Amino acid sequence: MSVYLPLLILLSSLVPALLTFFLPERAHGLRNGLNLGGALIKLGLITVMLVSVGRGATYDFSMQLAPGLVLALRPDALSLLFMTLSALLWFLTTIYAIAYFEGKPNQSRFFGFFSLCVAATTGLAMSGSLITFFIFFELLTLATWPLVIHQQNRASLAAGRVYLAYALPASAALLIAILWLESVTGPILFSTPAPLDRLDDTSLRIIFALFIAGMGVKAGLIPLHGWLPVAMAAPAPVSALLHAVAVVKAGAFGIARITIDVFGIDRVEALGVGTPLAVLASATILWGSIRALQQDEIKKRLAFSTVSQVSYIVLGVALAGPFAVIGGLAHLVHQGLMKITLFFCAGIFAERAGVKKIEGLNGLGRIMPWTSVAFSLGALGMIGLPPLAGFVSKVYLGVGALQSGSAWALAVLAASTLLNAAYFLPLLYRLWYLPPAPDAAGDEGKPGLVVPAVLTAAASLGVGLFAGSPYSPLGWATLIVTREYLP
Amino acid sequence: MDAIVVLLAAPLAGAFLSIAAPRLAVVASALVCVVAFVAIGLLGAEMLELGPAIVVPGNWGVPLGIGLEADGKAVAFLAMTALVMAGVITAASVEFAPGSGRRSFGFWPLALLLWAAMNAMILSRDLFNLYVGLELLTLVAVGLVALSGKADALAAALRYMIFALIGSLLYLLGVVMIYGAHGMLDMGLLSARTPAPADGLALALMTAGLAAKTALFPFHVWLPPAHAGAPAPASALLSGLVPKASFLIALRLWSEAMPDIVRPEALVLIALLGAVAVFHGGLLALRQVRLKLIIVYSTVAQLGYLFLIFPLAGGEGAAQPWSAGAWSGVTFHAVSHALAKAAMFLAAGLYMRAVGSDELGAIRGLARSMPMTTFAFGLAALTLMGLPPSGAFTGKYMMITAALASGQWWWGVVLLGGGLLSALYLYRPLEALFDGEGPAEIIRPRRREELAPLFLAAAAILLGIFSAVPFDLIYVGRPDAAVTGL
Repeated sequence: MSVYLPLLILLSSLVPALLTFFLPERAHGLRNGLNLGGALIKLGLITVMLVSVGRGATYDFSMQLAPGLVLALRPDALSLLFMTLSALLWFLTTIYAIAYFEGKPNQSRFFGFFSLCVAATTGLAMSGSLITFFIFFELLTLATWPLVIHQQNRASLAAGRVYLAYALPASAALLIAILWLESVTGPILFSTPAPLDRLDDTSLRIIFALFIAGMGVKAGLIPLHGWLPVAMAAPAPVSALLHAVAVVKAGAFGIARITIDVFGIDRVEALGVGTPLAVLASATILWGSIRALQQDEIKKRLAFSTVSQVSYIVLGVALAGPFAVIGGLAHLVHQGLMKITLFFCAGIFAERAGVKKIEGLNGLGRIMPWTSVAFSLGALGMIGLPPLAGFVSKVYLGVGALQSGSAWALAVLAASTLLNAAYFLPLLYRLWYLPPAPDAAGDEGKPGLVVPAVLTAAASLGVGLFAGSPYSPLGWATLIVTREYLP
Repeated sequence: MDAIVVLLAAPLAGAFLSIAAPRLAVVASALVCVVAFVAIGLLGAEMLELGPAIVVPGNWGVPLGIGLEADGKAVAFLAMTALVMAGVITAASVEFAPGSGRRSFGFWPLALLLWAAMNAMILSRDLFNLYVGLELLTLVAVGLVALSGKADALAAALRYMIFALIGSLLYLLGVVMIYGAHGMLDMGLLSARTPAPADGLALALMTAGLAAKTALFPFHVWLPPAHAGAPAPASALLSGLVPKASFLIALRLWSEAMPDIVRPEALVLIALLGAVAVFHGGLLALRQVRLKLIIVYSTVAQLGYLFLIFPLAGGEGAAQPWSAGAWSGVTFHAVSHALAKAAMFLAAGLYMRAVGSDELGAIRGLARSMPMTTFAFGLAALTLMGLPPSGAFTGKYMMITAALASGQWWWGVVLLGGGLLSALYLYRPLEALFDGEGPAEIIRPRRREELAPLFLAAAAILLGIFSAVPFDLIYVGRPDAAVTGL
């Protein structure tokens, strides 16, 4: 059982994905049961793994594809951090999407590719070797495309084109980096330090830059973030997937893996590539926030906010002090919970009240109270109001910045907090303080839409309140970093 | 071993039966498929245990008799042929249903003869026997191109025949020179010959002939009109299978029969032509507005990859550890290309029938009414782009690793750049398919016509996921030094 646990977790998303493709469009019950059932089984399996990895157990499932090409699933604590997030959000997003797509066409295609994306994310999280990581990273890229173009209109096709135009060259950069590295060192496993000494420093710096370029597209690092706002043409559940469950997270997770497990924090320092990465992340944080301020569409504003917030994770990892890394990794989960809340709510505003622009939010607090409360919690968390999730991340990032002697990063965090407030507070003000427009109408619709949003909002409050628990995102990130620094 | 003889005899018998009793053509073809799969399975299982299988029909010893030999690469190519054939036969059983006129009377014997010729070329090691196989394959292929009987198809067939016959003549000239100098034609015996001064010229002539038949740049001009003019099931065979046979012979000549006279510059020259083909074909594919022409120019590009094997595993490189990776990589690439390309042509044929044209403007939005076909097309596109988890990725990965290990990183750049280019040109039809609602009234394909491309494309993907068994198989008959590499 335990040997096959990683495989079972992968299959719990992959099997529903593949079966869903072959279901007729009208088989709603079967399709929903399949996907929700898969998500529940997955959550159960992950809980089992979470407890045993917390106690120090290790897993290894390897399959030889060809000599030198091994598919290795070796979930460790870092994998579980990401996997748990994506599995939980997969479950909630599926509930949301079932309600969202009711009566709309092409559902089998949507749910098939959606679950396939989750399967790819799970595989990517559990990858024990670079090439395995690449295979799932690529699968994720490809499985996302049909979701981006799901509505099959001009805007979404353009978004799909832009997405691939960014993603495929990035994959090529990633593959070059991996093959260059592995042609000298042999296959690289995350669990064992790679013999990087065989390469000279300049080559290592170029390889590191190639890795960051390859992952940076997904993580939305400037100047590689251009696809993310364009991809807003996709329906709300897809945005949730892109921004919280899978895609941008995969990029940030990949940067964490490369920095911590392939190069190692010490070597990143020694090569002098940590600070440039931190500066790039800081620039992304500020630029994303400034661009968010300029948007008057809710989803566009949220998209640029993602560009900014995901770089917190990169910043934490790049600063390389223990506290900064803890803050960055915890933010991987925190940002996911908060951002998915915001996207769920934005979807409800658009679907049930026809509101897509910011000025339409006026007075909706009274008409759609649950949605508005959830939205407000998410937004306040993003700003970093205690005791919400974003606060915890920012404290750890700030302390970490001081600890690793990069006090300038504190200024970045402070400026970003101000900017966050500047682009989120006007929305809350409109929701709660302004009178509704005379023709404003709307309701919260089915519980399938509102309940997931309220749950994720509650979760982003909960992970802040109970940050001290060992199984909170913060506690788990601390476990990861302790294992990394005190082997 | 008997399986080898069966693999040659069964398609021939099927071809005769389908002429004698045209109504039974589909049944006969299906039977040949079953027999072939069993034979290939037995052959592969035996080879994994005992190594390469050699048979000399009639028990006349070589050089008097003619040797047939199945090594790992041969079995991989045999399996490729059988899989593509099975898919094409399934799809063609609707379009060329027996008794539906001249085209269907012509298709079945031609397809089965093509299969027989492929198998003969894959298994044979005798240069003259290979010539006979080449000629049979060429004539059958020309017949398939001309099948529709339309004026431009006939013109394309004629052009193809002229190129192919010149290629045959060049090859035959080389064979005659070899026979004149050494008095033998078996590849195994030739590898131990005393080198003669004219060997280099003979090898060059044979290679040029084979390159013309494999449509290597700059001999590729016959391919686009010929493959685009044929009916879709025929195009699937022509593009997926036919060029692979002449490539295999060229590869065997350089690596098995006469590796001793191979010069490094020559290896680089061949790969350079391949690299030019990758980019030339890719750029031309980017400019086409007809789906079939995009697929056809993609064939020109994809065949170019195959020739990158020469500097990686030929000449001096043959003894190096990385040659193993290149060697298996190219086989994976050839097989997954055949499967994906056949799937793509079959899908294109269905689109073409559905809306009466294969212009990108006409197939707009067909994803909605033909989701299964589009899924197959997407999987095949993914394979041609060389993306994981397809078999083409496994192949590309191994070839790039070999290129880096041998210090010839530029071939790796060709592979990656070609992959990006193919993503560009295949994106256009994919986007068209997903663009909008599509026409309301289309001619719906039958279920098994839709399943055939899906089966082929899925096979190309599965090859990448379960590549360990084929990998072991491909190794059979390779020098041991190579296995430890990578």
